[in-house]
Amino acid sequence: MAQELMLEKWSSAISVVNIGATKEEGGSRSKVIKVGGQATLPFLFPEGSIPNKPVIAFEIWDSAPMDWPDTLKQPFADVLNDPLKWAKKCVDDFKAELLCLKLQGAHPDSGDKKPDDEAELVERILKTVDVPLVILGCGDDAKDNLVLPACSEAAKGECCLIGSAVQDNYKTLVAAVLADGHNIVAESPIDINIAKQLNILISDMGLSVERIVIDPTIGALGYGLEYAYSIMERARLAALSGDKMMACPFICKVGQEAWRAKEAKAKMTEFPAWGPEAERGIAWEAITATALIQSGADILVMRHPAAIEKVNKYIDNLMTNDKIPMSK
Amino acid sequence: MALSGLDIYKLLPKTNCRECGFVTCLAFAMQLAKKGVSLDKCPHLSDEAKSKLQASSLPPIKLITIGEGEKRLEIGNETVLFRHEEKFHHPCGLGFIIEDSEADEQIKKKLEKISQLKFERIGQQLEVDLIAVKQTKDSKRFQEVVKLVSQNSGFSLILMCNDPGILKEVLPAVAAKKPLIHGANAENVNDIGKLAKEFKAPVVVCSKGLDDIADLTKALSSQGAEDLVLDTGVKSVKEKIWELTQIRRLALKKSNRSFGYPILISIDAKDPYEEIMEAATYIAKYAGIILLKSIENWQVLSLLTLRQNIYTDPQKPLQIEPKLYQIGQASDKSPLLITTNFSLSYYTVLGEVEASKIPAHILSVDTEGMSVLTAWAAEKFTPEKIVDSLNKAHAKEAVSHNKLIIPGYVAVMSGDLEEKSGCQIIVGPKEAAGIPSFLKNL
Ligand code: SF4
Repeated sequence: MAQELMLEKWSSAISVVNIGATKEEGGSRSKVIKVGGQATLPFLFPEGSIPNKPVIAFEIWDSAPMDWPDTLKQPFADVLNDPLKWAKKCVDDFKAELLCLKLQGAHPDSGDKKPDDEAELVERILKTVDVPLVILGCGDDAKDNLVLPACSEAAKGECCLIGSAVQDNYKTLVAAVLADGHNIVAESPIDINIAKQLNILISDMGLSVERIVIDPTIGALGYGLEYAYSIMERARLAALSGDKMMACPFICKVGQEAWRAKEAKAKMTEFPAWGPEAERGIAWEAITATALIQSGADILVMRHPAAIEKVNKYIDNLMTNDKIPMSK
Repeated sequence: MALSGLDIYKLLPKTNCRECGFVTCLAFAMQLAKKGVSLDKCPHLSDEAKSKLQASSLPPIKLITIGEGEKRLEIGNETVLFRHEEKFHHPCGLGFIIEDSEADEQIKKKLEKISQLKFERIGQQLEVDLIAVKQTKDSKRFQEVVKLVSQNSGFSLILMCNDPGILKEVLPAVAAKKPLIHGANAENVNDIGKLAKEFKAPVVVCSKGLDDIADLTKALSSQGAEDLVLDTGVKSVKEKIWELTQIRRLALKKSNRSFGYPILISIDAKDPYEEIMEAATYIAKYAGIILLKSIENWQVLSLLTLRQNIYTDPQKPLQIEPKLYQIGQASDKSPLLITTNFSLSYYTVLGEVEASKIPAHILSVDTEGMSVLTAWAAEKFTPEKIVDSLNKAHAKEAVSHNKLIIPGYVAVMSGDLEEKSGCQIIVGPKEAAGIPSFLKNL
């Protein structure tokens, strides 16, 4: 006898954010990445449509990272000093669909690069590769307010995703993104109320909520992962039940957090019981990503190509067309 | 599912005879809903009402115990679909499948390796729970391997065999260890049900999908085999997520007793990363037992850590002992940093201090497990509290410089804290990630 199932009826869906603009749309990207649009909770296909898969953005830096462990540097050893080559390697060798340029070198403590130089870099990356671009500032509010508008202007018309707007520093970035036709990352410190408040503030300035991607501030596996996990679940439940101000896709900085974990970095000589660091680091990044994909992540910013390959395969398996038999 | 006072009232005689000690049936119903009175105080209940009310007080997902003694595994008794609604109660069991076709030496090596899979994280001991012995050979060999495993390890056992004849021969020797029989299917359900009852062993219901679960669980419980675990077989991850979600929803939201049991999943992926990514998915989505094939330390460490995360009580954050911690070869010249006793705050600060390679003292202030900003807002991280902790831990005596580094987020308390503590206050970075460069430039 067919078992009667229990389907939730959601009244609303997550908004779709388009990242990248092709020639027809006034940009120069080879394709547009669409994220969001889900009308149900993660991967409950029989209950509602899930039009777009979660995508991984390869994280690249404007300057060679100093504190990355060897396991992580190794696949990019020949290009870490050259963001253009690094970008090209991600796209050509690792088939990246989306890049995330982290402007770490603009930070006053780690290079203090000038806004003009960063803007030029953005321009050159856009000429070197044709995938859509995410651009993230260095996190120093004052500096980001100089650097990000310059980069935004340099990428005008390319419909990038630029971040991050935070509760007490969002106006400059919103204005730049509005002027240049991009999308914005709204970052909140593991707090659903601040996430919502910030979205309201941003949309009050005239940037439609359909152009916002939420960064809920994740922790790595073992380092507070469960906080963002539950914040994301709560936000999704609210969004699907009709809260428009929560109905944005999520971006999760998986690589940044996972590779800070001791379990990802430490050598086996230090912790023999943990097993070889090569596999362990990749696993740490991949499992952090897996859990967040299951709580609703739409864009995962990741670092290690092997972890990215595994997570991409996992996503592809989830998104295959074959129907889930509703009853068997 | 718990009934409301009004739901209960509808089942009562509504005569207001007062024999229960309450003035009205409604008053009695309200107390019953709050579990403030026992059902048998009303002598006039119909049998139907009685059974409905009794059933409603049972947990919607049954608690199942596998194994005995300290290492026994308890799973089930879950009450929510999302951990923020309450919490996930019983961490899923992780185990490994060993086949009876493997050589004794190889099995012993595996057991040795499995028994060493122990990790301490944030003050908790993380361990795996189960070994499943899979029957592929004859009864004699299966018995040998079951014996080998049960003598060489303290893990709870799963007997993966659907031949009632073989199980009947193997069970007498291990029944006292309360193994989980895996399992009952449409063909053998009656025989397995009898064995489960006779040996008081829990049983896995091996169904093809969702449609045949209810028939099987009813067949078993009608025979007195009531400790059940569900297994819907090897399927694609998305199909599995759907089934797991349906089973949990049917049990919790529809009070469907046929689905009110924990779920077992065997992972069949070949690639070691795929294997743990699948397992991770099911840790998050309602699995009660997950069985793996490969046994690499890094795989198990990452899965046990995820289990720890998902099963943390969202209302009761993990805390550490509030005291003064020495990091590296800290001397009286080393900096003294202040943070909360919320495990995550402390371990994040610790990680960054360690990464800086600068020895330091960290004072964790008792904020009842709240993070810096939350504790500050709740007045659990105030100058008074910090001074109190400084005194209790004799922290000022541990350093000769009389300087305190406080988190950047609470910079506003500097003046007040300086006055109350008599120390010089240095405002540290807002985010822990800034600690290494901060300490280097100190
Ligand atoms: S004893 Fe039963 S019937 Fe009488 S008042 Fe109490 S609940 Fe009602």
